[in-house]
Amino acid sequence: MSYPEDLRYTPEHEWARLENGVVTIGITRYATEQLGDVVFVELPEVGRKLEAMKPFGVVEAVKTVSDLFAPVAGQVVEVNGALTDNPALVNQEPFGDGWMIRVKPDQAADLQKLMSHSDYERLIEEHQA
Amino acid sequence: MHSTTTPRRTPFYEFHVAAGGRLIDFAGFEMPVRYRGDVREHQCVRTAAGLFDISHMGEFEVSGPDAAPYLDSMVTNDVGALEVGQALYSPACRPDGGIVDDLLVYRLPDRYMLVVNASNIAKDFAWFEEHVPRGVTLLDRSDETALLAVQGPRAAEIVRGHVPDAALDLGYYRFMIGRIFGAEGVISRTGYTGEDGFELYFHPRHAAEVWEGLLAAGAPLGLEPVGLGARDTLRLEMGYMLYGNDITDDTTPLEAGLGWTVKLGKASKFLGQDVLFRQKSEGLARRLVGFSLDGRRVPRHDMAIECGGVGAGRVTSGTYSPSLERPIGMGYVTAAIAKNGTALEILAGGTRLAANVVARPFYTRGTHR
Repeated sequence: MSYPEDLRYTPEHEWARLENGVVTIGITRYATEQLGDVVFVELPEVGRKLEAMKPFGVVEAVKTVSDLFAPVAGQVVEVNGALTDNPALVNQEPFGDGWMIRVKPDQAADLQKLMSHSDYERLIEEHQA
Repeated sequence: MHSTTTPRRTPFYEFHVAAGGRLIDFAGFEMPVRYRGDVREHQCVRTAAGLFDISHMGEFEVSGPDAAPYLDSMVTNDVGALEVGQALYSPACRPDGGIVDDLLVYRLPDRYMLVVNASNIAKDFAWFEEHVPRGVTLLDRSDETALLAVQGPRAAEIVRGHVPDAALDLGYYRFMIGRIFGAEGVISRTGYTGEDGFELYFHPRHAAEVWEGLLAAGAPLGLEPVGLGARDTLRLEMGYMLYGNDITDDTTPLEAGLGWTVKLGKASKFLGQDVLFRQKSEGLARRLVGFSLDGRRVPRHDMAIECGGVGAGRVTSGTYSPSLERPIGMGYVTAAIAKNGTALEILAGGTRLAANVVARPFYTRGTHR
């Protein structure tokens, strides 16, 4: 499977996209396939300060539950309210309408510490081997 | 246990891969957890029908003149009362009352068939073999048995014409030997979903014919393959036990609410009888209860349960219920608070989830029986 080239990734299967100084964060297609049908996403409030690679929320699927980890440190500026009524968006469009939060990063350069799409694809191949 | 060895495959492995099934290791078998989504597969069984490969389960054959008294000494329910063509659900207990396994006992004309949990095949066979008397033969037929379940309100329509007509008249927990497409096998009106349906036992050499035949006959009626994920949500909505979660070597049938399967007055003595008799007369320290939650956070296996700020037990099974659209679960709590309406708190990491004890089954609109 190939993953979007314009995103950065964490080993915990979050993705991050930097646009106009704001980082959009969600979970990858691989993560949604592992989780199964998502029924609830618990997200932080706008204004919350996040620490890099610390939990910022919880994703509940029918059979499993998983913490969400912040790819970068920063402050939450927006949460995806559409997931409240339609958590299935996470399964349907994990890289699109299923995004979770937007964060103003403490340092935009921190994104470069995350995995590239090719590094992430290799990680997935190892998981599936 | 098979956990350290290469997982085994059922005769339907290739069909799971072809259908896009996501395979996981379950009890040492490579099994499909889901194909197109847990919720979709769950609803498919509740509204139309689902096709389950459960060939990982174990089948033992018990024969000989003393087969019935032997089985009655091994399980808590009354095997002696079974008619030919009838199946029975029963725990098998250790002398201390702990549950070795929960299983089905089928009475065939000349023998019995036991159907045991996949995770317990080796343990059960050793346990039953250890107690076999002269005059009884015990054989493990698991590798020579394929097992498919067709479950859902349209199950009978789907199998019509591909099994003998008499199979459509079978009552719940009744079975017959007959043709399943081109295979000869056991056609059983049983299941683990709360819906009408059949469990079909036949030789693995007919795997392709039966799998493809059922899907071809059933697809126009909405039949789809269903994985272990939905199998678990379906059974939990009915409050059915999952061995290893809700019942174990350390729980008794009475604690689990399976008193209806414990026949203390049956003709023969059985393993665990003395302890179960004492539990019944002296009362239980804990009981399995079902609970339902208002929020969206889901209780999960092994989370702690509190009542009024005091530790009361642990969650044994929990899930989001696709039919009820809310989280549900089961767990053991101190007997004094095991009644409908008791307010519980479940500790989910740093969050406390409010739950209420409710009657089981959670889902009451099933089409079985």
